[in-house]
Amino acid sequence: MTLTITDLGVARGGIPVLEGLSLTLEAGQALVLRGPNGIGKTTLLRTIAGLQPPLRGTVSVPEDSLVYAGHADGIKPTLSVAENLSFWAQAFGNSDISAALDAFDLTPLAGRVAGALSAGQKRRLGLARLLVTGRTIWVLDEPTVSLDVDAVAMFVAVMRAHLTTGGLALIATHIDLGLPEAQVLDVAGYRAKPLDMNDFDGAFL
Amino acid sequence: MIALLVRDMRLAMRAGGGFGLGLSFFLIVVVLVPFGIGPQAATLATIAPGILWIGALLACLLSLDRIFALDWEDGSLDLLATSPLPMEGLVAVKSLAHWLTTGLPLVLAAPVLGVLLNLPGPGFAWLTLSLVLGTPALSVIGTFGAALTVGLKRGGLLLSLLVLPLYVPTLIFGAEVARRGAEGLETTTPLVLLAGITCGTIALLPFASAAVLKVNLR
Repeated sequence: MTLTITDLGVARGGIPVLEGLSLTLEAGQALVLRGPNGIGKTTLLRTIAGLQPPLRGTVSVPEDSLVYAGHADGIKPTLSVAENLSFWAQAFGNSDISAALDAFDLTPLAGRVAGALSAGQKRRLGLARLLVTGRTIWVLDEPTVSLDVDAVAMFVAVMRAHLTTGGLALIATHIDLGLPEAQVLDVAGYRAKPLDMNDFDGAFL
Repeated sequence: MIALLVRDMRLAMRAGGGFGLGLSFFLIVVVLVPFGIGPQAATLATIAPGILWIGALLACLLSLDRIFALDWEDGSLDLLATSPLPMEGLVAVKSLAHWLTTGLPLVLAAPVLGVLLNLPGPGFAWLTLSLVLGTPALSVIGTFGAALTVGLKRGGLLLSLLVLPLYVPTLIFGAEVARRGAEGLETTTPLVLLAGITCGTIALLPFASAAVLKVNLR
């Protein structure tokens, strides 16, 4: 299981933000992306997840191996915690959610309506979704937002277990996760050169 | 895909899901029209098929922007797009869920409300048949419009303007089936054309909807 990115350039709203990015991630490795706000971390992750096409370069991901978690958790407020999680498990062809509930200490909340959860509890539910998908490459955008210290520790424990079983992770975050084995990449070094606005497309940007 | 259908149905039934929105709008239109037109039974009988069809169409239109807007807001749409579900399947399931929660109740309510408009006796069966054949097209075309406008703030206005012209053929042939049926005339031609439009939209539009949705998610 390998994630390979070669000479990747990504654009947001038609304007190039990152270019010339190449990296290889093997099974068991985690990569933490850092960089100032607006540098293009989210755009990069969305491109890797296949939500938008790259400007140039290639992303090669083994088929049906990637799961993406963005800023929003995709939680339906009128469904219960267990119903939310079961839906995602079924969408990815699995059925067992008890391990995921346990890993993020959600079992006592399983019957509660998701709309009644706190922000941190919702985020834990969003992260528990990763476990029920059964995918090996996790692409996470700011996974620890609104989590308390204990919940971050839960997340790190889950991440460590994921890596030791041959998983991969690509994480954009600003905090120190306490995951010393993870490599760190500052994407600020790949900032794209400003676009020449005098061409035809420039008139529309 | 079945999981998605079950989830969407469940969401529609729960509080704030908007299950009764289209139905109550349909009820209001059909109840108010006789007050506006006056109590002449003959006049009402003439306009009944048309009013019932327009009411069903507008009731359907009312709930279209919910098809993708809620999933877009809470991030589910991004996550669904990266899940193993094919986008075309996702769009088709969304259309089906919309029809089951909006179109089907309208079909079932229309004959009951036909009484209020003094719909002639033979018209009831034809009205129901025309709605059964026509409302799936309304849902599928509406899903296409919703996919085009997903992510736009207050996209409902643009959605209505985009979708209304596409609804015209279905309305013309649907209302024609109901009118001819009510008057005891031959209905084969409009019925075949109505069924043809519905089959065509169901076969082709999910691919177009999936394509525009992919562009809108960038």
